[in-house]
This record gives sequence, structure tokens and C-alpha cells, in this order.
Amino acid sequence: MADVADLSSPRAATAGALRRLMRRKLALLGLAIIVIVVGGAVLAPWIAPFEPDEQLFDGLTLYGEPMPPGGAFLMGTDLLGRDLFTRMLYGARTSLVIGVVANGVALVIGTLVGVLAGFLRGWVGAVLMRFTDLMMAFPALLLAICLAAVFQPSLWIVAMVIALVNWVQTARVVYTETTSLSEREFIAAEKTLGASSARILFRHILPHLVPTLIVWGTLGISVTVLLEATLSFLGVGVQPPTPSWGNIIFENQTYFQAAPWLVFIPGAAILLLALAFNLVGDALRDVLDPTQRGND
Amino acid sequence: MLGYLTRRLVQSALILLGVSFITFLLLYVLPADPVRQIAGRSATAQTVENIRHQLGLDQPLLVQYWRYLSGLVQGDMGRSYLQKTEVATLIASRLPATLLLMLGGIVCELLIGLTLGVVAAVFRGRPLDQGLMVTSFVAVSAPQFVVGLLLLYLFAVQLGWFPIGGYGTFAHLVLPAITLGIMGSGWYSRMMRSSMVDVLRQDYIRTARAKGLTRRRILLRHALPNAILPIIAMIGIDIGIFMGGIVVVESVFGWPGIGQLAWQAIQRVDIPVIMGVTMVSATAIVLGNLLADLITPMIDPRIKLR
Repeated sequence: MADVADLSSPRAATAGALRRLMRRKLALLGLAIIVIVVGGAVLAPWIAPFEPDEQLFDGLTLYGEPMPPGGAFLMGTDLLGRDLFTRMLYGARTSLVIGVVANGVALVIGTLVGVLAGFLRGWVGAVLMRFTDLMMAFPALLLAICLAAVFQPSLWIVAMVIALVNWVQTARVVYTETTSLSEREFIAAEKTLGASSARILFRHILPHLVPTLIVWGTLGISVTVLLEATLSFLGVGVQPPTPSWGNIIFENQTYFQAAPWLVFIPGAAILLLALAFNLVGDALRDVLDPTQRGND
Repeated sequence: MLGYLTRRLVQSALILLGVSFITFLLLYVLPADPVRQIAGRSATAQTVENIRHQLGLDQPLLVQYWRYLSGLVQGDMGRSYLQKTEVATLIASRLPATLLLMLGGIVCELLIGLTLGVVAAVFRGRPLDQGLMVTSFVAVSAPQFVVGLLLLYLFAVQLGWFPIGGYGTFAHLVLPAITLGIMGSGWYSRMMRSSMVDVLRQDYIRTARAKGLTRRRILLRHALPNAILPIIAMIGIDIGIFMGGIVVVESVFGWPGIGQLAWQAIQRVDIPVIMGVTMVSATAIVLGNLLADLITPMIDPRIKLR
């Protein structure tokens, strides 16, 4: 009986979508950037020419200034004479770990709140959605800075702070989808046949939410990467000496007029990674959600 | 209309009440101790206790919150722990700078975003359109502090066209306003493009074309006003997004607004100031959203307020 809705089976739709995605040049560009960053992060210990914390003897000029890009140092060195390329590779790990973990947690919280509110309705739903409205009124960045500043942030605390601030959008989208799904005929048919709430939830509602979650999950990583970089830039994100693209800029910004590469190389990396997830997420939205198409 | 407005205002007040309680609770349970900050490192245990008692911080949470709230409804936001000034005075002295910056940001994002959106819609499907849409993605993905530092480096350090930071003249405003507006301009150009594409498909545009009107006149007099309307309502929502952005932009450019005030207060655990700025920001966000919801049906009578 579960196969009644097979014509619009989410799994078949996903397989077709993957093929359509591969035909989009911008999505491929985004995927390429992601592959390069992930590759660099995973292989960092093998391809990095130095250690990330190593203060190199010839990493500073005779006047104690950082070395510009070129020669032995592909991207130059920082104020402490450490190799920037090496720190960028290890910094990619930070960005990706936080991007994936923080966004994953936010996605789970958002889905849980949205599905429960949309499926249960009643007073549980009302309370959950009012709480979501309340969170929307919070100045998110201010809240994140406040939490991070007080907690002497480790990598995981930064990830949790970002997750706590970022689940709200997902919850709202999932809530809208769940309420409209709950009113569809095939759900009504299942109910008439005596299916349990759990069965309807797990067999019918959650699978139909998968495309939405894939799209929001991808776009969300871009938001997370930017937020982590911003917190680290303000000095309340990932703490040195652990390199993150944001805190590399934080450590070196006082010197940026003389050594602009120390700000603009990590800056460009943050932009490219956020751009990549935005491009892929946007293409996914086009291929997964037929109602969003038609603007081309 | 009046009933709707009343209900929304009550809702907004409840949301603000919730925000104040959650922020207060968070600051209460956080491990940072404001009394230590005030007393300094060398203070004796007795001094610390005295200050704690003086500020009422030895009271239970709900007593403290009630005291704060009853002050707040009378417009009293308390005194800064460290500057010994009324929080309301501190915020009032910083607010004009922030409002000016936000106004500049809104002008920039609309100017850049709407122009690019219209151009993209007119050249729909051609390389120029695709290029502009990629540009809009770059704008949306660019971290504000990097944009700010880049503009500073190019136009202040290298070219010397604008001052490096500070506040006072129009020249001081240009770079921070562009930095604040650039992310929004990415969103606006995408929305404007799709809105314009929709309008250009309408029958009345074809009629106008059939009448033999010039392309320019059709675009500017017939299509643009209708395409722009649904987008105007979004400005209210921007206020909320800007509230986060100002902390970063003000820090990069040394702009003396409430973003800087908040940032300094957070670093020194100056709780009354943090509370004050949070409440002002939350009020701005709530009012912005309310404004957006009120404007939408005025623009498009098909949408009814409920």
C-alpha cells in the first residue's frame, strides 16, 4: 500500500535530479571548488610543506616583516613567520568541520521543530512556532558573539553556537512544507486505511521533505561558513593557534596595509567556499523543486 | 485593519517580552562574572560581595528580572556597570550614527541591486544576464569584513579617495555604506530580475508594445513601477539583517554606532548595555517585519491582512 505514491517517489526524483544537476555549468564549478577544498583539508598533513604552528627561521625578513607570496612560500608567511599556505590548508579543516557539524545540528533541530509543529498542530505546534517567531526577532549575530565571547570558544562550542542561531529558517520552511503535505490526499488516504501517526510521519512526510532538506542543508553550509569566519574575525570564534580562515585575518589585520595577502588570500578562500555551496544549493533547488523553476 | 494592527502590536510586545527574558536568563547563567570585571583583579572578597549587593546581583533571577522589566517599561534601561552612565543615554548618543549607516546601506543595496536586476531582466538569457547573476551570487557569498577591508585597501589606502575610518562627513559614509549594502544588493538583483521578467510577460506590456511605444518608455513607465512594488516591502526585513552587519562594519571602519557599543559591552560583560542594545535591535527587527507585512497589501490589494 505504501507504493501508491510511487509516481512521485522521492528517490526516483532524486536520481533524475542528479543527472540534471550535472548539466549545469555553475553547479559543476561549485562542486569543483568544494572538491578542491575538501581535498586540501583531508590531505593537509601530506601536501602541506610545513607544520601549521612552525615559526620558520627564514619566514621573516631581516626587518621582521612577513614574506610576500612566491619562492619557498607559495602564499607568503604571516606575522609570526608561519607558512600561510600550510595554515590555509589546515584552516580549511576548521571551516569544513564547523560548516558541516554546525549546519547538520541546525538542520536536525530545525527539522524536528518544523515537523513536530506542522504535524502535531494543536498547542504543541503553537508553542513551537511562537518560539520560532521569538528566535527570529533575536539579533542573531549579536547573540552568537555574546555566547561565543563568554565561553572561551573551542571548535565544538563555536559549532554549537552557530547551530543554536541558525536552525530557525529551516524550522519555518519545514513547518510550511509539513502543513501542506499533511493536507494532501495520499496522507488522508493513509489515515483512512488506519496507518499510525509514526508510519505517516516516517514513511510519507519525512521522505517528501528530503529535497527541501538537501537544498537548505547545502545553502546553510554557506551561511555557516560565513558566520564562523565572522566570529573568528572578531576574535570570538575558533581560537589561535588553531588556524581558521577567519582568525588568520583576525591575527593579521593590523598589518594588512603592508601585507595585504594575509587578509585577501583567506578572504578569497572564504568567499569561494561560500559561493560554491550557494551555487550548488541554488542549482539543487532548481532541479529538485519544480515549482521554483521557470525563471530561466 | 485596526483590529489586525492591534493584534500584531500585542504579538510584537509579547515577542519582545520573550526576547528580554531569554537574553536576561542567558546573561544570568553565563559563566562570566560582571562583578569581577568591575572590581578588578586585586579586589578582596569583601569588596566583590559589596559590589554584588549594591547592584542587586545577589538577588534571585526572577527578582532581578522583574526589577529590570519594571524599569524598562518606564524607559529606564539601567546604568552601564563600567561607564556609570544611563544605558538609554549611551544608546541615544550612538543611534544616529547607526541609523545613518543603515540608511546609506539601504540606498546602496537598492541602487546597485535594482539596477543590475533590471539590466539582467532586459538581457534575459544572454551572457550579460548570466554574468550579472553570477555576480549576485558573489555579492551574497562575500563576507562583510573582507569586502570592507578590500574597499579600505583599494579606495582609502591605495587611491586615497576616502578616509580610512571614522565618522563625520559624507566621504566617511561611502565605504561603510557600500560594505553594508553589498550583500543585500545580491538578493535584490535576483528578486528584481525575476519580478521584472514576470511583469515583462504580462499582456499589458504586449499591448504597449503593439501601440508602438518605445522600448525605453515601456521599460521605465510601464514595467518598472509594477516590478518594483513587491520588492519595496522587503526593506523592512532588511533592518533585521543589518542589525547583525553593523557590528562587523562598524568594527572595520571604526564607525561610532551601537554595533561598536555592543561589541565593547560584550567584551567587558557590561550586562545592562548588552541588554539595552539587544532590546533596541529586537524592537527594530519586530517593527521592520510589521512594516513589511503592512506595506504588502497596500501595494498588492490581492493580498489580504488576516
